[in-house]
Amino acid sequence: MAINLQNVQFAYPDAPGKTVLNIRQWVVQDHEQVFVHGPSGGGKSTLLNLLSGMLHTSHGEVSVLGERLDQMSNHQRDRFRANHIGYVFQQFNLIPYLDAVDNIQLASHFSNRKRSTKLRDEIQGLLSTLNISPSDWYKPTARLSIGQQQRVAIARALINKPELLIADEPTSSLDQHNRDNFMAVLMSLAAAEKITLVFVSHDLCLSHYFSRVEALSDINQAGDGN
Amino acid sequence: MFMRLAFKSLVNRKGSVLLTLMAMTVSIFVLLGVEHIRHQAKESFGNTVSGVDLIVGARTGSLNLLLYSVFHIGTPTNNISWESFEDIASDPNVEWTIPIALGDSHKGFRVMGTAQDYFEHFSYGNRHKLEFTQGKPFSDVFDVVLGSEVAKKLGYGLGDQLVLAHGIAATSFSLHDDRPFTVVGILAPTGTPVDQTLHVSLRGIEAIHIDWQQGVKMPGSTITIAQIEQMDLTPKSITAFLVGLKSRIATFSVQRQINNFAKEPLSAILPGAALSELWQMMSVLENTLRLVSLLVLVSSLLGLSAMLLASIREREREVILLRSIGASPLFLFLLIELEALFVSIAGIALGAGLLSAVLMFLQGYFVSHFGLSLSMNIFSGSSLFMLAVVLVLSAFSAAIPAVSVYRRARSCQA
Repeated sequence: MAINLQNVQFAYPDAPGKTVLNIRQWVVQDHEQVFVHGPSGGGKSTLLNLLSGMLHTSHGEVSVLGERLDQMSNHQRDRFRANHIGYVFQQFNLIPYLDAVDNIQLASHFSNRKRSTKLRDEIQGLLSTLNISPSDWYKPTARLSIGQQQRVAIARALINKPELLIADEPTSSLDQHNRDNFMAVLMSLAAAEKITLVFVSHDLCLSHYFSRVEALSDINQAGDGN
Repeated sequence: MFMRLAFKSLVNRKGSVLLTLMAMTVSIFVLLGVEHIRHQAKESFGNTVSGVDLIVGARTGSLNLLLYSVFHIGTPTNNISWESFEDIASDPNVEWTIPIALGDSHKGFRVMGTAQDYFEHFSYGNRHKLEFTQGKPFSDVFDVVLGSEVAKKLGYGLGDQLVLAHGIAATSFSLHDDRPFTVVGILAPTGTPVDQTLHVSLRGIEAIHIDWQQGVKMPGSTITIAQIEQMDLTPKSITAFLVGLKSRIATFSVQRQINNFAKEPLSAILPGAALSELWQMMSVLENTLRLVSLLVLVSSLLGLSAMLLASIREREREVILLRSIGASPLFLFLLIELEALFVSIAGIALGAGLLSAVLMFLQGYFVSHFGLSLSMNIFSGSSLFMLAVVLVLSAFSAAIPAVSVYRRARSCQA
């Protein structure tokens, strides 16, 4: 199982009375590609932050790729995230003043993988696959178009060969053309690399790319009782 | 990668970083400059006299006597008579004496009338004797020996002739132009006021003042140089003299004897004691300067801290991004610290560079106005220690924004 959540509850420390997330059980199988949709403010980011280990809860069991995130130390979770999880945001996926290659290199900096001379080749290979022309590789990413930036973000997220890829509204700031382009590349790479994909969006038009589609409100019972 | 990230992040915010860097540069400049000049002044003054047991002059304060006799700063209060000098020089405790007659100048450099004993007994620094790069001590009435700076600045060589001026102003209208002097020797550099001085014999000083009265040349003088050389040129008075004793034990008794000298009111001072009196007077000034430079440093460090604190507000998303790719809160803490250190190190490099440039530019000015030869090496043990303290302090002041980033990263709340 790629993801296994059991009786997970979460509330932010500054509002301990307000349970944002309450999940009895949610399981994602290995190599599964899940589309989760729901309105903003439904605990979407909180769920993803729990999966990536950026947030921590002591209520319930959070297993990702067979590891108990809820039992790890802060440091272990940071290492785990760097080594096993790729993350793509809606925007601001890249350090704007670093170029594409540096951005990708930075991601590999935090992982455990051996520093190899091949890293640069791999980065350039990924960028080529993602249709970024070599003339844009060494520009500060702030000077790339949003479409290009999101594709570099995929490269950044995949450089450490993660088993799990989390995408948080990655297409929301893209136009129709770029969105289709982005989705096509993402889905083919995820399939080729056998990556488990959790894709969150409010845009139901994208659901046809996925084999499994879920509403966040079905997963999270936090709002039900109120 | 870590360094690269910190560096590029600073470059990305070059406007505010540059201003902070300038503040840092100025404060390092002030800090190092004060330390350097303080250090150099002490060293330079301390090196000027060595092996002299007493300095004797007309009755005056010890500092005043020290300053005008050895450092050629200020003006003598009064002269002392030749007889008194001879009386004291013949005291059985006295090993040697160096008479000094001041009051003339050449193009702003002071002229000192003295005896050949000067070249034999005068020493500076760690008991270094004077050495000649060219020529030899004066022997004739109109011979002159130049300090190294004088020769260098005015471009004189052996055999050149020059004319002395009455008084010590840089531009004097009453020249001793009828009696020129010939350069017979040039001294090696000493880093003391000796370098700024022209040395002539007491007889030479006497000779150029024949038929002068009240500091003015008598019109219609017809005495020729040949006639002068035949005259008895023993001076009637001198400005001061330096005394070396046979035994240091006698220092205080000889000093008391001179201070109670019956024929004329005289002062005898110990150069070391007078110097420490000078340092005592200077220490208030020194501490004030140090305090001011410290305050300048503190304000620039606060500026650094404020700049970084403002920057992390703009960088909230960057923090989340770095967290999402696996950066630990500690990494972010160190990133801010590293940025602060980069600014400090650049500030130190620029401040030190600026100070070196200014020193190079002002070296001549300090030498000619204060007899202070400043070394170009601004890094002494104490200044390196200070720079280390600056780095530690900047790490401390960066801790405020760094801790704030660390906290944000821990809670992961944007």
